[in-house]
Amino acid sequence: MSFLILDGLQKTYPDGTPAVRGIDLSIERGELIVLLGPSGCGKTTTLRMIAGLELATGGAIRMGGQDVTRLRPSRRDVGMVFQFYALYPHLTVRENIAFPLRAAGVPADQIRSRVDAVAARMELGRLLASYPKQLSGGDQQKISLARAIIRHPAVYLMDEPLGTLDADQRLAMRELIRAEQLASKVTTIYVTHDQEEAMSLADRIVVMEGGRIRQVGTPAEVYDHPADLFVAAFVGSPGMNFIPGELRPEGAGPPSFVSAEGQIAIELSRPRGDFERPTRPSPPSRASRATLGIRCEHVHEDPDGSIAGQVLTEEYLGSASNVHVASELGRLVMRTDATTTRARGARVRLRLDPDQISVFDASTEQRL
Amino acid sequence: MSVPVLLSAGGNLGGRGAGAGAGAGAGSPSGHTSPVTATPFLSLRGLSKRLGRTQALAGISLEAHADELLVVLGPTGAGKTTLLRTIAGLEQPDAGSISMAGRDVTTLDPAARDIALVFQNFSLYPRWTVRRNLEFPLRAPGRNLPEPEIQRRIGWAAELLKIARLLDREASRLSGGEMQRVAIGRAIVRRPRLFLMDEPLTNLDAKLREALRVELVELRRALKTPMVFVTHDQAEALSMADRIVVLSEGRVLQTGTPREIYERPVSPLVALQLGQPAINLLRVRRVGGNWVAADGTPLLPAEPSGPDERLLGVRPEDIRLRVLSDAPQNQPAAATTTAASNPIADASHPAVVRVVEYIGPTTTLLCDWAGGQVHVVIPRRGTVRPGDHIIPRIQAGRAILFDPSSESTAGSPHLPSTLPSPGGSP
Repeated sequence: MSFLILDGLQKTYPDGTPAVRGIDLSIERGELIVLLGPSGCGKTTTLRMIAGLELATGGAIRMGGQDVTRLRPSRRDVGMVFQFYALYPHLTVRENIAFPLRAAGVPADQIRSRVDAVAARMELGRLLASYPKQLSGGDQQKISLARAIIRHPAVYLMDEPLGTLDADQRLAMRELIRAEQLASKVTTIYVTHDQEEAMSLADRIVVMEGGRIRQVGTPAEVYDHPADLFVAAFVGSPGMNFIPGELRPEGAGPPSFVSAEGQIAIELSRPRGDFERPTRPSPPSRASRATLGIRCEHVHEDPDGSIAGQVLTEEYLGSASNVHVASELGRLVMRTDATTTRARGARVRLRLDPDQISVFDASTEQRL
Repeated sequence: MSVPVLLSAGGNLGGRGAGAGAGAGAGSPSGHTSPVTATPFLSLRGLSKRLGRTQALAGISLEAHADELLVVLGPTGAGKTTLLRTIAGLEQPDAGSISMAGRDVTTLDPAARDIALVFQNFSLYPRWTVRRNLEFPLRAPGRNLPEPEIQRRIGWAAELLKIARLLDREASRLSGGEMQRVAIGRAIVRRPRLFLMDEPLTNLDAKLREALRVELVELRRALKTPMVFVTHDQAEALSMADRIVVLSEGRVLQTGTPREIYERPVSPLVALQLGQPAINLLRVRRVGGNWVAADGTPLLPAEPSGPDERLLGVRPEDIRLRVLSDAPQNQPAAATTTAASNPIADASHPAVVRVVEYIGPTTTLLCDWAGGQVHVVIPRRGTVRPGDHIIPRIQAGRAILFDPSSESTAGSPHLPSTLPSPGGSP
């Protein structure tokens, strides 16, 4: 049985506002799960229900086989990490790391051995007697992580802990969290609205919207095989390109896709993934409205490409460029290496990598 | 509630506004290929400003051209906001001058400068409808725009910014992205001569920021109005700017196109401000014809003469690698790339992968290598795992060699005549 189970979890606020509309999720011991979604999707409410800071109005939470749905927060063995705060400048590294234990009234000898243990694991031993201002920024971040996780509960719950840091610090902290979580194997549930953070940290991502789960999967599954249009647009930077059109049956072979704009037929082939897809698209019996999705790195410039377009805008990103093209099929973003620049208005021909195309039902918005 | 003084009437606007109005229209920019014109529209000369004990601006000279998006990039405290406020006339400089279209405006009233300023915080009137918020700057006293012209401009801005369906909604009921669109709308209905944007996307969530980045660039281009855009976000700076001004502690460190600054930063300080993950910096010594790291790892062939110690900068995407501890079929696609080949790929100094971050099209590795930690970005198909041993190879043509003493210096304001030799080696 899974370590942490959410079973039809619901939260409706007293004024009738539904925040979480029934969530089923099984989390294994040692997993790092990221709840990802826009503001208002219910991810933080879900986390707070696991912590016991909010009471569920329906469903159940089981942890290690025990029903904890109505248990007080202090009896759940969870550690909530809200932010990685700055260190106390007047305390040594040891005193900083020990702070949460001291506040919790843990005996001094236990504090000493637990700080020693975490310091050894995170290679901070030689710094314990120093003061924060004597240390590099990177070491200070490590120490703030050590302080956040010194309590070593059964589950860490992290609510956008990197929100206030600048980009470089976020990246460094992300790597520290990942390395530390791999080393300590403490089950972690991490909430963010930043899809890149989710992709880089998660064993599995839970994409949420409107109080419901849209998809659960590894970062590669969610990125390559989004379950619906929302996930396809939300995950990835930028989100998938969408092309409206029609799916037409083609006898025994794969169906063909014809774009609404330009009436261009686009070759589809069976996707090859790193894993077996649970369902294959069954060929439609008659033409049906569909949306084709393709990531910008699978749109290629090709003199023999079937799609004509003109360059609108090039977003230079240093290591790559996102080229926005006004194409016959509508606006498409193409990722290129940044070695060449395309003039605005330049005519280009594009090809879509048939192995990397997703098709969605236009009315249900579900992946086919 | 802040009253956006700069969004109220501008002195000379009435005359040119009515006719010019929506003339430029929301037309598609496609086909418009004119390069950035060389006419300096805004010109700052030796601008200095002390705020309390801080020298917020320490002699800033820069120019923004007539049809250009100039991004001012710098960390918190670099002087970015003070610079904008000084251009806007909300602060008086202690020294230096500001001219617009050839006219000295250093002591001119904010309103008379005809500049629109958009802030990080949306600063709308929350109880007013979107329409009333947009009308406000056009109905300012002394402006005397005829009613049909006011409605025409609002319709034009609403269409351009995709907020037409929101016109009768109360501002307090808008989402963050909608509010910022309205704030931008309130700036453009006036048809000002210059836009100043102070981190307008910072308070929006990542997804929206990404979309508005492109929208703003295309909007500005359609309006053909110069814009000075302040940010601390390197991705915004790279992707939006026609040119970037890198600011630090009230000084200009470097000015150039995004590509110039990314590929040829004048100092490690500038190099560190652009790129995510940040550029790798390694201290190297010349040993037997090679640049060698502190732990003895040979990194690059060295040029025959010159200083014996350098600071080597290499961007994470400019390191190729080979996996040692894995079967050959697991080699990342990048392993075969040999462009500007560096013969040094030393199997006796492997790197150990510590963290693997999968981010969609690419994967970022954090490795222990060359006596420190190094980021490597590889195409995503690589299947590298923590603990793997790999052999990184720096692409010779892409490495930057800095003077090691430049590590802490502020650098010179413009590209030096001797570039920090990207390449620098055979």
